[in-house]
Amino acid sequence: MISLLRKGKPLCSNGDNQLMINAREEILSKIKAGLDPLQSREGREKSVETHLSNPSKHVIPKRGQLDRAKRILLFQQMAEEVAATTSRVSSLNELPKTIIEYLNRHNLPSHIKTDTNPLLNRVDWAKHPTLEVKYGKAEDCDQNSVTVAFAGVAETGTAVLTSGPNNPTTLNFLPENHIIILPVSRLFGTYEETWARLRAEMGEIEKTFPRTVNWITGPSRTGDIEQTIQLGIHGPKRLHLILVEGNDEETG
Amino acid sequence: MTPPLEKERIKQMKVTSSSFKENTRDALSNPTLQNSLKRLHTGFVSSRSRAAARMPEFELLRDQARDIKDHVLAHLDVYLEKFELQCQAHGGHVHWCRDENHAKDVVLDICQKANAKTVTKGKSMIGEEIAINDHLEANGIEPIETDLGEYIIQLRNEPPSHIIAPATHVSKEQVADVFRLTHSDLDPARNLDEPDNILAEARAMLRNRYMEADVGITGANFLVAETGSSIIVTNEGNGDLTQTLPRVHIVLASIEKIVPTLLDATALLRVLARSATGQEMSSYTTFSTGPKRDTDVDGPSEYHVILLDNGRSDLLDSEFKEMLRCIRCGACLNHCPVYGAIGGHAYGWVYPGPMGSVLSPGLIGLQNTKHLPQASTLCGKCEEVCPVRIPLPLLLRNWRFLIYDRGLTDRKLAFGLSIWAYLAKRPMLYHLVVRWLIRVLALGARKKGRYKYLPGLKAWTQTRDFPAPQGKTFMQQWR
Repeated sequence: MISLLRKGKPLCSNGDNQLMINAREEILSKIKAGLDPLQSREGREKSVETHLSNPSKHVIPKRGQLDRAKRILLFQQMAEEVAATTSRVSSLNELPKTIIEYLNRHNLPSHIKTDTNPLLNRVDWAKHPTLEVKYGKAEDCDQNSVTVAFAGVAETGTAVLTSGPNNPTTLNFLPENHIIILPVSRLFGTYEETWARLRAEMGEIEKTFPRTVNWITGPSRTGDIEQTIQLGIHGPKRLHLILVEGNDEETG
Repeated sequence: MTPPLEKERIKQMKVTSSSFKENTRDALSNPTLQNSLKRLHTGFVSSRSRAAARMPEFELLRDQARDIKDHVLAHLDVYLEKFELQCQAHGGHVHWCRDENHAKDVVLDICQKANAKTVTKGKSMIGEEIAINDHLEANGIEPIETDLGEYIIQLRNEPPSHIIAPATHVSKEQVADVFRLTHSDLDPARNLDEPDNILAEARAMLRNRYMEADVGITGANFLVAETGSSIIVTNEGNGDLTQTLPRVHIVLASIEKIVPTLLDATALLRVLARSATGQEMSSYTTFSTGPKRDTDVDGPSEYHVILLDNGRSDLLDSEFKEMLRCIRCGACLNHCPVYGAIGGHAYGWVYPGPMGSVLSPGLIGLQNTKHLPQASTLCGKCEEVCPVRIPLPLLLRNWRFLIYDRGLTDRKLAFGLSIWAYLAKRPMLYHLVVRWLIRVLALGARKKGRYKYLPGLKAWTQTRDFPAPQGKTFMQQWR
């Protein structure tokens, strides 16, 4: 039974360490007192260890579990449903042309801010002098950004992006127009597969986990004004996903 | 930003649940509110049912979500310590806070050490629970809400009326009005008739705020023990700008937000957006872990997580334990006929609707909130749609028992109940009285067959006639 009238609650000077430690012990001991008395702390630790080391067999929706061709179609369909646009190119060399066309189509200035992902280093931007390419984190004046996704999830048309020395997070949110490059070799059916890939690439995830992992599903939206969906309130108004074909060797 | 309206913001988060009846009357006679409630109901309810129907595994996903949360609650001490360890390993700071005053002081201290002048904020119900904005303001730090809904109600000096759509009670004309009043250096003749114009203005106004803020405060939908990460789920992207651009990122979270692993978080994310807005996935789901790494190009240099208790540990071994499963999707509000009639403000504290009527008495005491558990028809719709299967009607009933036990029941109601109980325990007497009462009522109504007024039943007769009983009682006819 809980005490229904809250005790007169008090005190705390700013950031007093002693108090903080006391609060920690106090909260933990209250929690312990509230847990099943039949289970010992050791028992709980053991069962937590088991849960953490054997990823539980969760229900994974069948929707995304498809062969390659269907997976790509589902990804495009789901992304377009949430007002993103998509296009497919057969190699990295086609990227500049596709980006220029996209910018022209929407009457946007012909410059992009992009990350320094090694994948994009292989693109010969110099062949397209009309497109101005800058690198680094986003500034308020940047209108268009181009970033490389770590992976894609067909289940909901979601792009997964990770932060790192080559991938500033601000590029995903500050500019009004966001173009995401997604190698088809990294387009999975489910979120679970993207986590597995992250673990495979980053090793001990507890130590190497990036500061930010973004799941991006469509452009920025709000329904805060009379429940009407409006795009581009704080983040990008437009989201364009370019799927790049090619094997893992070329695009991975 | 000086508050444009005359009311003091300090008064906002005071609990007004004790005047629930008066609040309700105001809400029912407010046409703007009634319009927006209708919109809310048709919008969220139909999109949730579409999303659920589209996912054949949805019921299984709900069972699983419930089981994950139950597992966490049964091992909460171990998971919290694990989270703390992992968060610190990535360079984050964890602050354990026993109650709202403690949490407010810790947040203020971090802001003051960062010499903060302005603080941007993503939407956070914990922020509302501890009324952090008032505290920062009172200490000379300007808090700026960046979620469009939160921004609107901050300008209007109001508390939120819904846990995921805070300004759902405000019409677009009212938004235009408060924008004109606040953004007074813009052309007063500008067009704000369409949501497009309003949106563009909000975007432009908040841009600079993101850039100049010293500290960004967000909430957390989940905390991941395995990696020490906090997760926010948003549609606008405001939370991400809030937590990426300033030098310091503070996460306001409560102890029950923990999930064991990234896979568990993923499983819960599959039911969150579908239950809340009916989206397959919200636009932005972000996992944040520690401050920026040495080689990162952007991101905050400090990362703090507030772990707030504020009465939750008391609920762990109570008959309200299941409430701690709640993932704050708002589905129970959207589907509740009572919420749909009176909106969120009438409930008088930060958490409205069925989840609020169960949680608020647990967090701030039954004395102030004794009307809330009564404000339900126990129709069961809330439990039907809850993604973590909280038995809300049962928990509401548990509070009703306690209200009666503690003698907090309304005197008139208690009197009526005691008469009814006396009769119900004596069947012969009961039948006799009912038979007599029916005859009298039938006679009294004469040929009209209805009453325009009946003493003691004013609440009924002031809006509709009371039909007079006809013929014999059910028991008489049944025999």
